[in-house]
Amino acid sequence: MRSSLIRVLALVFALGACAPQAAQKPQPQPQPAPPAATDEFVPISQLPAQDQLPAAPLLVTAYAFVWVALFGYLLSVGRRLTKVQREVDRLESDIARGPRT
Amino acid sequence: MPKWFLPLAGVNAVMFAAAPFLIARADYESTMGLVQKIFYFHMPSASMFLLSAVVCGIASARFLFGGSPRQDRLAHSAAELAVLFGAITLVTGPLWARKAWGVWWAWDVRLTSSLMGWMVAWAYLLVRKYGGPGSDKLAAGLALFGMANVPFVYISVNYWRTIHPKTSVVPTLPADMGTALWFSFACFLLLFTLLLRVRVHLEEQRAKVDTLYLSLDE
Repeated sequence: MRSSLIRVLALVFALGACAPQAAQKPQPQPQPAPPAATDEFVPISQLPAQDQLPAAPLLVTAYAFVWVALFGYLLSVGRRLTKVQREVDRLESDIARGPRT
Repeated sequence: MPKWFLPLAGVNAVMFAAAPFLIARADYESTMGLVQKIFYFHMPSASMFLLSAVVCGIASARFLFGGSPRQDRLAHSAAELAVLFGAITLVTGPLWARKAWGVWWAWDVRLTSSLMGWMVAWAYLLVRKYGGPGSDKLAAGLALFGMANVPFVYISVNYWRTIHPKTSVVPTLPADMGTALWFSFACFLLLFTLLLRVRVHLEEQRAKVDTLYLSLDE
């Protein structure tokens, strides 16, 4: 009798311990806070230096430099190649004419 | 020049004409905005700079241990391209950094090691031009040093604290940014191949001039 009472009490206690976990409902996901309302306008001159700097001139300068560098190099190689080719032609014609005296 | 040169040069010109449209269509980066679009030419030119240094180093090693003049001509040509693409990288980078970081230049590991690699390429060309007899071997040694610097440049951003973006940025790019980047990369890779071929042709013609002068004297 006493042992069965202990068993019942133990079962009730165990169920009581589990009950809050079983009854726990899924927590609602935290919603992102809405952006704070703007309460003042900040002039651009008060921003840090890099934020005041317009991006477009930097971008245009970068791409312009790439094109100028590539075209400049192509021109340079073309000129050198033409010069060497002329020299090759001249030497070949000299050799074809015969040995120098 | 080989038969494939002119058609591929035409293809490359069309690709370079199309690249700005893809770059313009790519999304703006959230914090850097418009100025981040420098990235689409900056990263490919930096890659070609490192590739030039590797080609120059391998050809120099083969010249030093094999003595082939063909490898020497390849190394000389690649060194000139390392100077060209290095200049593009080192000019476009600071223009981007001025807006993104607030400074033109920072002495961090990536930037400093890139500058060092570029100066090694310049040193190679200066030694070749003014070094006199034996300068080809000395310059080849410099090229080995330039090639050893390449992995250091690449991994430096992952191992040292730096303001330069890490290498993990590129694989995680969204589709439209990735398309613009890899298209630009293909443009620069093809350009590098074409320029290297034409530059090697110039060295071959110079070698031919030397041979012709020798045969004229005999």
